[in-house]
Amino acid sequence: MTNFIAGALGIRSYVFIAVIAAIIFVVGFLNLAVPETSSFYMSSYVVSLFGKYLCYAMLALAIDLVWGFCGVLSLGHGAFFALGGYAMGMYLMRQIGTRGVYGHPELPDFMVFLNWKELPWYWYGFDMFWFAALMAVLVPGLLAFAFGWFAFRSRVTGVYLSIITQAMTFALLLAFFRNDMGFGGNNGLTDFKDILGFDVQSDTTRVGLFAASGIALVAAYLLAQAIVTSKLGKILIGVRDAEARTRFLGYRVEHYKLFVWTLSAMIAGVAGALYVPQVGIINPSEFAPANSIEAVIWVAVGGRGTLVGAALGAVLVNGAKTVFTGVLPEVWLFALGALFIAVTLFLPKGILGLANQIMNKRRERQATGASAQPQEAD
Amino acid sequence: MNTTFKSHASLLLFLFSLFLFVPAAPAHADELTDQINKLAEGGFNDRQKMIEALAATGDSRVVPALEALGDGMLYQQKLGGKVFIVERAGSDFKLIDPVTLEDAGKMPKSALEKIKVNNRLRRTVRDALGGLQLNSKNAADRLAAAGAVFQSRDPEAIPLLDAAIAKETKADVKKVMLEARAAAVLSSDLDENAKLEAIKVIEERSGRDSRSLLLNFANTAEGKLKTAADESAGIIERSLAAWAGVQNVWYGLSLGSVLLLAAIGLAITFGVMGVINMAHGEMVMLGAYTTFVVQDVIRTSYPQLFEVSLLISIPLAFLVAGAVGVAIERGIIRWLYGRPLETLLATWGISLALQQTVRSIFGPTNQEVGTPDFMSGAFEIGQMTITYNRLYILVFALVVLAALMLVMKRTPYGLQMRAVTQNRSMAGAMGIRTDWVDALTFGLGSGIAGIAGVALSQIDNVSPNLGQSYIIDSFMVVVFGGVGNLWGTLVGAMTLGVANKFLEPYAGAVLGKIVVLVFIILFIQKKPRGMFALKGRAVEA
Amino acid sequence: MRSYLKTLLGATAIAGVTLAGATAHAAETIKVGILHSLSGTMAISETTLKDVMLMLIEEQNKKGGVLGKKLEAVVVDPASNWPLFAEKARELISVNKVDVVFGCWTSVSRKSVLPVFEELNSILFYPVQYEGEESQKNVFYTGAAPNQQAIPAVDYLMNEGVKRWVLAGTDYVYPRTTNKILEAYLKGNGVAADDIMINYTPFGHSDWQTIVSDIKKFGSAGKKTAVVSTINGDANVPFYKELGNQGIKAEDIPVVAFSVGEEELAGLDTAPLVGHLAAWNYFQSVDSPENAEFIKTWKAFTKNPKRVTNDPMEAHYIGFNMWVKAVEIAGTTASDAVIDSLIGVTVPNLTGGYSAMMPNHHITKPVLIGEVQADGQFETVSSTPGLVPGDAWSDFLPGSKDLISDWRAPLSCGNFNTKTGKCGGQGS
Repeated sequence: MTNFIAGALGIRSYVFIAVIAAIIFVVGFLNLAVPETSSFYMSSYVVSLFGKYLCYAMLALAIDLVWGFCGVLSLGHGAFFALGGYAMGMYLMRQIGTRGVYGHPELPDFMVFLNWKELPWYWYGFDMFWFAALMAVLVPGLLAFAFGWFAFRSRVTGVYLSIITQAMTFALLLAFFRNDMGFGGNNGLTDFKDILGFDVQSDTTRVGLFAASGIALVAAYLLAQAIVTSKLGKILIGVRDAEARTRFLGYRVEHYKLFVWTLSAMIAGVAGALYVPQVGIINPSEFAPANSIEAVIWVAVGGRGTLVGAALGAVLVNGAKTVFTGVLPEVWLFALGALFIAVTLFLPKGILGLANQIMNKRRERQATGASAQPQEAD
Repeated sequence: MNTTFKSHASLLLFLFSLFLFVPAAPAHADELTDQINKLAEGGFNDRQKMIEALAATGDSRVVPALEALGDGMLYQQKLGGKVFIVERAGSDFKLIDPVTLEDAGKMPKSALEKIKVNNRLRRTVRDALGGLQLNSKNAADRLAAAGAVFQSRDPEAIPLLDAAIAKETKADVKKVMLEARAAAVLSSDLDENAKLEAIKVIEERSGRDSRSLLLNFANTAEGKLKTAADESAGIIERSLAAWAGVQNVWYGLSLGSVLLLAAIGLAITFGVMGVINMAHGEMVMLGAYTTFVVQDVIRTSYPQLFEVSLLISIPLAFLVAGAVGVAIERGIIRWLYGRPLETLLATWGISLALQQTVRSIFGPTNQEVGTPDFMSGAFEIGQMTITYNRLYILVFALVVLAALMLVMKRTPYGLQMRAVTQNRSMAGAMGIRTDWVDALTFGLGSGIAGIAGVALSQIDNVSPNLGQSYIIDSFMVVVFGGVGNLWGTLVGAMTLGVANKFLEPYAGAVLGKIVVLVFIILFIQKKPRGMFALKGRAVEA
Repeated sequence: MRSYLKTLLGATAIAGVTLAGATAHAAETIKVGILHSLSGTMAISETTLKDVMLMLIEEQNKKGGVLGKKLEAVVVDPASNWPLFAEKARELISVNKVDVVFGCWTSVSRKSVLPVFEELNSILFYPVQYEGEESQKNVFYTGAAPNQQAIPAVDYLMNEGVKRWVLAGTDYVYPRTTNKILEAYLKGNGVAADDIMINYTPFGHSDWQTIVSDIKKFGSAGKKTAVVSTINGDANVPFYKELGNQGIKAEDIPVVAFSVGEEELAGLDTAPLVGHLAAWNYFQSVDSPENAEFIKTWKAFTKNPKRVTNDPMEAHYIGFNMWVKAVEIAGTTASDAVIDSLIGVTVPNLTGGYSAMMPNHHITKPVLIGEVQADGQFETVSSTPGLVPGDAWSDFLPGSKDLISDWRAPLSCGNFNTKTGKCGGQGS
């Protein structure tokens, strides 16, 4: 297996992994080891911010896996992300224990507040980390499996699939808004104290979570890379480019799609689980259809079907968002809107695609001299 | 029999005393003015007593003052304490003497103080006016007065009512007066038979407030009267329940018509052209803002045109949204044909930019779009209330749909449009300018969304977020109904509307909506191309 | 490949810029953070509060600032996104080094930033009426607690003879809690369970036909009925339009709202709504010299003679003046000193009286009940005789009736249990 991975990895992957590792190391070092007075000190604000970006990058990676390699455009991946986040949020709520404002040993504050007498059954087990972690993967996975099983079997494709994924996340949004569901309604889950016995507010925990996000991102990347470079990956690309033809060749298209779709949802779930302790809140607005659409744009900006590009796009767009909402709040939506339009019109392959194209051209020019043959547009 | 006679006798006595009292009043015009001036004194409780005292004079000259009081147009001079009816005249008030109704000059607002009323006082005024206007010359006033007595159930109004009923020539007014009398009888100390009769009258009147009145009566009544009242309330209740189903269908159709309006433009841009137009909701929003601007201009410059402001807005909204649509098609979408998922992202970007543009120009807050009189209020059919605005919206939605179908099926342009969407290259070979047909089709879809905005401005917020709230619903309707089929959009919208409204009483508004969404997701699995799918090879492209 | 290495470095550079901003912090001005959404769904309400803060800061600077220094506003946009609220709060405090933050509207945004303020020990002024059940060391609640809005409103209606109650709200924590409190309060006053109807709708609910007709039906049971509405924001316009169209008049079934102010009515034709009620601590129509001055300044500042004022704006007015006064008493902007000196500070409010900050970090306010007028304003029909102190913990909820809050030493506790004599909620 290690052989296989090493063999499949190109230079791009090494750079990606090295950059992530370097960021983890540098950020961790600048935050923990450098004194606060130094101008090199990196505040925990920046650490959490970067941690958030890494989680988004992982979500983008998950979307790229199904969209870039399997042609399934999901406009509901935010739902899987949020479900993973809720699983982690429930664990963190249970960890609060008697430190809530009402000091109830078992019930989270919002339940005391609404006169709930006992913990609903679906909250059982979430006081154990392993269970919550398992659920953060399993719940999105199961939902994706059930959804995909129906959808792919009945050959719902393209636009229709995108629209029903929107319906799915919208239905979940409405459901989680209901206070009767027992997930805290609009306020969601917040005011976390500990994770695995560490204080979520402390700098070391922040750096730890940040590093964990980085490692998870790399792991997800390796997994995705392994899949897309394997024989399975070739079939997926076949499905993306000509689904009917692949089916006529004898492949059970829906099985391949279902596998990648479910896996992608699980990756999104993990990203959500890592996201929640870093931002400190999970609330139904994470299910909002607009969030899922925005996540797709990250992939498009970075470059669809490149994995690294998806992660890059997520970090870039969110970085821009952070800067703009601070400096020029009124302009942000214009900028975001223009970005959507510009990328689809002028950068159909995203930043990475553009970089690849330029490099290929240069390489070709070097190989064949200045009088290169006109390239065929793909 | 004996008791009835006795009550009649006392009634006559009462009427007689009234007769004695009424002619005496005109001699004391100053006294009346004094009494009206006293309205400004004390708190709400004192004021209530004064209103009742004024009503007890039975003098019709107190009517204007009371009406003004109810409307909040009765003011007191800060100096001198005299009370006037006022009319706005620029920044000043025109004063009118409350008794003689003579012009009493002008005064700045700051020199006057409003005589405050609250709901209870307005109710008291309404009741008082009811008693006073039963003999009005105007039939509408008499009708309103009888209605007011029905609400107030004032037993002292019985003799007045009896006199009015005897004189009344209009059957409908008379009926309402009889009902009002029955209501008053129930709260009087008349005998059992009179009350039993009254219960029957009210039972026949039916409706929610009749039931309310009967139950209210039953709470205090005893014996035979209680059982009779309960029985009658039960009969009304059953007829209300029977109508509830019909009412639900109406609510469903009305909700469906809103969905239809929101989706109909999308049925063109998405359904016919295949462009996943996420900026569709913003076209609706542009239509609503056009209505706002039109009304704003009308309010400041041509107030007499307000009633037709919506009619003026319809073509303008079509043009504005249509022009924006054409611009979007020419500028962006035409580069993206054949890449449906990319159009989705680009149009989403457009929608964000449009929202922010509107927010920058008009501000983030809701804008007020007024409702013309012909669209306000409601009427009753049987036990069912139908509001005019919902009715007009339903009719409007159907008219728009019919007009669109005519364009598509009966005009050369519609023919070209269908040709282009079915087989672009063949249509081009036949000499159709496909790019212009594309632009016009997109413009048509957007323009219709703009028209929908005019209608939706009547029932929803006019804010930059308006479009967002309809976009998902619109897509659901189009996909559920069947892409590329206008009939499908109609049936889809109405089905979803009615389903929603039948689920709402059981599951609540939120769960109902969730159930409908899950149903659509499952339905798409069964019929991936909606209820009325286009058949043939064209759709596989 | 080198190019995306570069872009990744570019991303780090973005963070570098924000870092540099932190170190270049100069002490010439006192920075005031403004944390209100300028885009997204809440922009509709919150943008106004950003403007009013800018106005207050400008006015204060005209008077010479605070402690001889000018105030500087730092505006960020949390974009109606709740995690972003926490992130932006952290940015304001740790990167921009603001000394105080005025912000938030929804409960969830406040809950989201709470841990940040606690951790970084800064000060937040929260200007909106809310559900109570909270008292935090770093937060000052200048909006109304339920006992400063809901209960006096219900008292008024009970006085008017209302016997049957519809509690209609948007399904989130503020209406849920308010309705729980009201339900307990009404039952305590002898209202039967049958005479209370509770209904929740989602955010932005726009089709009110069924619910309004249910209200009509509920109101036809022969007893005087009123609707207590905690319906939020955008859903109100279609709700009131439907009420008007279905002919529910305020004289028959009055609706008293806790989230509808002048700003919300500005989007409505109020002629059919005359007589419906709202309970607030401030109305634009209040006749006092302070208010006239405030409205004049506001209209001049926004250059829009039609702009209205509302209750949360007054809350910011009070909160800001309290903060200025507390800083002057403390002689510093350091959080701990200001938090201590804030308690007991008294400043004029806009209704012609004075509001004081209490040990539980809530303030004293008058409660006004107003009726909607045809011009979109409210007319006060009832007001509490004196000031009502805000109650952090409701006396009508079983979970919180024994809790009190007092941030003065030696107690210094937000959830002191008077039964167990311990700090920390119900305990066990």
